[in-house]
Amino acid sequence: MTGRFPGTSNSYPPKIQDTKGPMMSRSPSARSRPRSVLKLAAATIGAALALTACASTSTKTTSAQSDFKQAAQDTSSAITVWADSTRLPSVQAYQKAHPDVKMNIVTYDGSADGSTYLQTKVQLFDRTNKGWPDVVFGSPTDVTWASEPTSPSAQAYAAPLDQGLVPQTTLSNFAKGSLTPCQFNGHTYCLRNDIAQVVLWYNKALMDKWGYQVPTTWQEYQALGQKVAKEHPGYLVGAVGDTNSQESYFWSSQCPAQELTGNTTLRVNLSSPNCTRMASLLDSLISAKSVSTQGFFSQGFTKSYGSKVLMAYGPSWYGQYLFNAAFKTPAGQIAAAPPLKWDGESSTYTGNVGGGVWMVSSHSKNLSAATALTEWLTTSDANLKSAPTYPAYVPGAKTWLDNPANKDYFAAPISDAFQQAANDVWTGWGNTKFSDATAWSSVVLPALSAGKTLTSTLPAWQSAIVNEAKSVGYTVTTQ
Amino acid sequence: MTTVERVGAAGAVPAEQVRRRGVPRRRSLAGYAFVSGYTVLLMAFGVLPTLYAIDLAFTNASGQFVGLGQFTKVVRDFRFGPSFMHILLYLAMWLVLVVVLTVVVAVILRSRVSARTSGVFRFLFYIPGALAGVASVLVWLFMLDPAVSPVSWLLRALGFSTFAQVLAPQNLPAIFVLIAFWTGAGGWIVVMYGALNNISDEVMEAARVDGASPWKTAWYIQIPMIRKWIVYMAILAFAAGTQLFVEPQLLQTASLGRVDPTWSPNQLAYVFAFQHGDFNGAAAISIFLLTLGLMCAGILVTRSGLFKVEEQ
Repeated sequence: MTGRFPGTSNSYPPKIQDTKGPMMSRSPSARSRPRSVLKLAAATIGAALALTACASTSTKTTSAQSDFKQAAQDTSSAITVWADSTRLPSVQAYQKAHPDVKMNIVTYDGSADGSTYLQTKVQLFDRTNKGWPDVVFGSPTDVTWASEPTSPSAQAYAAPLDQGLVPQTTLSNFAKGSLTPCQFNGHTYCLRNDIAQVVLWYNKALMDKWGYQVPTTWQEYQALGQKVAKEHPGYLVGAVGDTNSQESYFWSSQCPAQELTGNTTLRVNLSSPNCTRMASLLDSLISAKSVSTQGFFSQGFTKSYGSKVLMAYGPSWYGQYLFNAAFKTPAGQIAAAPPLKWDGESSTYTGNVGGGVWMVSSHSKNLSAATALTEWLTTSDANLKSAPTYPAYVPGAKTWLDNPANKDYFAAPISDAFQQAANDVWTGWGNTKFSDATAWSSVVLPALSAGKTLTSTLPAWQSAIVNEAKSVGYTVTTQ
Repeated sequence: MTTVERVGAAGAVPAEQVRRRGVPRRRSLAGYAFVSGYTVLLMAFGVLPTLYAIDLAFTNASGQFVGLGQFTKVVRDFRFGPSFMHILLYLAMWLVLVVVLTVVVAVILRSRVSARTSGVFRFLFYIPGALAGVASVLVWLFMLDPAVSPVSWLLRALGFSTFAQVLAPQNLPAIFVLIAFWTGAGGWIVVMYGALNNISDEVMEAARVDGASPWKTAWYIQIPMIRKWIVYMAILAFAAGTQLFVEPQLLQTASLGRVDPTWSPNQLAYVFAFQHGDFNGAAAISIFLLTLGLMCAGILVTRSGLFKVEEQ
């Protein structure tokens, strides 16, 4: 088994979460007087029926205030840091370089694969009024709930960092659009750790050997996929079975699967041509068997297909974490090309798969130490030079690309592809309160496994997204 | 119960009531002392949380009374219907399987095989039950993945070539029944075996002398005589079944999300509480489950006379 992946929407093997249900315990003796209990229950329900509802079931939390109440500060107090195992060495390096800062470092799943561990815990901390980690690594989805109070009496977990904590000059040095997932109601609630811009990965050694040109448009990609299926059956130009494949393909195709048109309004329209063109392109390659319906990270993929991946359309961390770590492809074979363009369109857009964020707790007793650590992790050359993934902080990204250790593995320079893709990320795929992985993996992927086409699954996918969006309070339009 | 109260109050035991109730019950401080430890724990971890859940289910996040608002809200949720359909389908399959198979196996072990073989089999059946719930799910994760399963030939023969195909939505109830049966049935086989041992040798001997075949003996003598144990098993299996959580939750994470994260009502309650921060809605779902469990237990207990004291 390979280790974990730095893209926050991916980790494997998945973390087993707290498996205790929220139910109360029951014992046989609770049932030994069923008739009286039933009567009591009937009486309770009857009483409830008799009384008309006098309050709404949902208490609307007021929109996040810009000011937050700081806890009494104590600059010598210890800070608790939660990080995933990929980011753990960075936090440990900070501790080593700053031995005077008292830190409790905790490893957790980093909200990978749509995990809600952090959210679950913060819900509980909000109820017990203690226990919040001071600094936490999470996914952009986490910021959507962390920037609002979880209940009327709670304070939003994430501290607005632009409120005197992080200087504006630092914030403006982050890559274009990379702080968008952090911004709510005009404030910035997190610092972006890395961006996971989608590029075209390919095995240069095989492409050269077979005399194939690297595609620059989706039409060329499709044609090459058909060709590979005929000339080298068994080789793959892509896979759609991962929890985040939709972010590589449909996000790049500017498909309005979850376009935020306001704070609480969402546009979901999978019948848009931007969605159907990608669905039918993938369907044709799936039926030709040069795109797999399994995931690159699904069990057994490496064993069966690891050496047969000619191309993979995916995030910037695929190079080190998919080809190098998981597939163990030898150095000097893999290269990255800029994102693909649609014939007839003037500009190129691409997707984004993960890219973590760091948040500071608004409840922290030592905001200065917590902020200093967060800034060091996301902006310092010392950390970013050898960061596991492509930094979102522009000066840091340059340092990262200049470090030979980040490029040695590849068959050709990656800087151009990475830098271009970083600017091409389409901003129409909203950072919503629900994870886009749920509907894709639990509705679309099982249908594909059962042999249905993507095109025929679009309506089911759409209604799954709409249902989920409505259940967390979005007003949805499907036009 | 009232009889017992009066007996205690009178301070003497009328002869007629001794006859009716079999062994007389006496109140003593020692008895209360013995149950007190458990009662305290039951109050703290059983009764109080239940009352808290009832309180939450009828109020909103600000503590205002909302009547049945929380219940109608969760019923209208798009995941409520499917999750309860899943659990009912699962319960139907699981109850039939556990009741029929454990009783059949226990009867066979009791009367059709030698004592030594029977002992070995009871031990073997019991082993999976000794594994913790999570560990047994992990075993099945391997068993069900054609890439690593020791019975991959069987999976392939059934038309499953990838783990994803095995986890198709329509297969999930059967998979959970399989896991539940594998971990839970062994313990019940041992219990049923014990119950069969309770039937006196004279009864069995009389049946044999009367010429009853082993199957007739099982059907007309043994099974009717362990009826209460079977009802008891059905109640506990039902209660445990409605609370299905660990298995779907683990399969959900292990399959990288291919299993619906709100497959069972308990998972739905979990999502309500910890993703939506809606503890009130979660409590409403738990009250639905509690009511379901109590109704089933109530029907089974009253119909079978499970707790009726035998009359002399």
